[in-house]
Amino acid sequence: MTSNAPRAVLADHNVSVGRAMWAVVRRDLRSSFRQRQDLLNPLLFFFMVVTLFPLGVSPEVSFLQQAGTGILWVAALLSTLLSLDHLYRHDFDDGTLEQMVLQPHPLFLLVLAKSLAHWLLTGLPLVILAPVLGIMLHLEGNSIAVLCLTLLIGTPVLSLIGAIGAALTLGLRAGGVLLSLLIIPLYIPVLIFGTGTVAAATEGAAVEGYLALMAAFLVLALTLAPFAGAAALRISLSNS
Amino acid sequence: MTEPLLQAVDLQCERDNRILFQGLGVSIAPGSITRVEGPNGAGKTTLLRILAGLNDSYTGDIRWLGAPRHHQLEQFLRNLLYIGHRPGIKPLLTPLENLRALTAVRRPLADATLRQALDGTGLHGYHDVPCRQLSAGQQRRVALARLLISDEPLWILDEAFTALDSHGVEGLEQLLVQHAEQGGAVLVTTHHHLDLPGMIRLRLGRGGHNDDQ
Amino acid sequence: MWTLFHKFGSPKWFFGIAGRLMPWLLALGLGLLVAGLVWGLAFAPKDYLQGNSYRIIFIHVPSAFLAQSVYLMMAVAAVVTLVWRMKLADLFVQAVAPVGAVLTFLALFTGAVWGKPTWGTWWIWDARLTSMLILLFLYFGAIVLGSAISDEKASARAVAVLILVGVVNIPIIKYSVEWWNTLHQPATFKLTEKPSMPPEMWVPLLLSVLGLYLWFGWLACYRMQTEILRRERRTRWVRELVRAEGH
Repeated sequence: MTSNAPRAVLADHNVSVGRAMWAVVRRDLRSSFRQRQDLLNPLLFFFMVVTLFPLGVSPEVSFLQQAGTGILWVAALLSTLLSLDHLYRHDFDDGTLEQMVLQPHPLFLLVLAKSLAHWLLTGLPLVILAPVLGIMLHLEGNSIAVLCLTLLIGTPVLSLIGAIGAALTLGLRAGGVLLSLLIIPLYIPVLIFGTGTVAAATEGAAVEGYLALMAAFLVLALTLAPFAGAAALRISLSNS
Repeated sequence: MTEPLLQAVDLQCERDNRILFQGLGVSIAPGSITRVEGPNGAGKTTLLRILAGLNDSYTGDIRWLGAPRHHQLEQFLRNLLYIGHRPGIKPLLTPLENLRALTAVRRPLADATLRQALDGTGLHGYHDVPCRQLSAGQQRRVALARLLISDEPLWILDEAFTALDSHGVEGLEQLLVQHAEQGGAVLVTTHHHLDLPGMIRLRLGRGGHNDDQ
Repeated sequence: MWTLFHKFGSPKWFFGIAGRLMPWLLALGLGLLVAGLVWGLAFAPKDYLQGNSYRIIFIHVPSAFLAQSVYLMMAVAAVVTLVWRMKLADLFVQAVAPVGAVLTFLALFTGAVWGKPTWGTWWIWDARLTSMLILLFLYFGAIVLGSAISDEKASARAVAVLILVGVVNIPIIKYSVEWWNTLHQPATFKLTEKPSMPPEMWVPLLLSVLGLYLWFGWLACYRMQTEILRRERRTRWVRELVRAEGH
């Protein structure tokens, strides 16, 4: 020290943003695997909701073939909604979220990492489970393949948009129901194109164009949703 | 006179139509320990959250090293260590995993260093037990282990002494003094009796330099 | 410049301006609306296909029109809220969101009433009606979120984010609903497409659209004034205003 007044030494080492994002994903995966029930719940819900339709409407093959895609998509959408409430809630309660906002990295990228972790933990298992349920609903092989493809492209969009709603309703009573009210209208285009693409495939039409359009939704959600999610997160934390 | 690390000028915060504070000036110089004091509801936590950048419903200027904070937010955040009421410890993860996750995004450290820090806060033998099985004081110690391996000059600690036993309190006091001696700066709130040499007191609430009208 | 901006953004300033503007908005708006509706409902010629039932468009079209533009106006106000944190923008959103929801509902309701004689059913999953229904959901979301957050500033900013997300989605929703519509039913119901509307029909329609816009302007001012008084009830200027009114 040269002068008698103390001087602060600034931190000089910086972690790359990619590593920071990976740290967020890894922590989320790890704590979820410690609480496997939370992982399983959306899947069980998905399964049970689908089961309701043959029981509640009709087990006839012709009906199930026609409605199967829609049933699977709606059930996937609902179980995603159900799981979204957890996206930030635990982090909020234990203070991890505050620490995330205070990381020296752009917040929107960390929100992207959280959305990715959410998709890996709920969206991807749904896509993997879907063929089994597709067979139970008597969907044809080709339809099931296209259905899985639409779910593969569509469920990340659900996670990304849902993260905005989860951030907006953070710390509110009745957060879960409120979250659904805010988010369902925004899910409609994904639902329409998800089911529409499979319907087109069933009729034998070319689906590349529709899939490309869904991919465009995904790109749009990837580029815009994290910013909205980060803004929402700051607002909600600011108010807590 | 050295340049303050963090400086707030003419700070005003209103919450639910009540003015918590106005015209408040805060200056945090290297080597200083500042304690924010005031009765419950005076806005101590709010002030700390505003200074840390968690709460942005205020008016006034906040400067980091003399320049507006929002122009250099990432640099500011890299040099800030904030531990709040809720210290950011995941109950499902072990102390080691928690510490690793918290440091990995700032400065990755070898596990040996992290274990050493945990030992330093008296968590020897608890490194690999899920945090939910630890007591409140022990969980607090996991968060405080970050202070032992911190390279951030500015520490903002809300209710830093909560749930600590007398031994832990002593250790933490020592740590704060040491940090200040090395040129760091500390901003704390606590309900605990704290009287460190050279400590600056910042008083909020009635009787301070702000009032309701 | 900033101080000027803040001065013009101040609720007190707006309260005065709105007070001077409102009588004009109300008189002109109601005048045009009544003229347009009376003309449209009583004097415009019958439609050669739909008879008298088409006359509901003189209510349906203006409310559907306005319902959509109110959401866009709210989106503009949302940007102002987030970027400049102007209190007025937030007041505007809060004041007009329920109005927008009511207008959307009105458009849906008149659409259903119109549907009964035209399509023989109260509700049809037509692309426009469905889009309006989703718009209604978006309005509900903004209103519900706004009332769930108690802190005024946080509530305003959260709602602003939601509205902006909604407004980005509206074209996507419209597009996908139209695509969905062509997928599920052949485009036989195209009665709403009037290629050539005689002036006796579109002039009253235009009048009622204009009238409804002006009347909306009055209602927005009125609701904002009320909210300003409530929020600023502790300030000196409101107290003085109340005292002056009392005498």
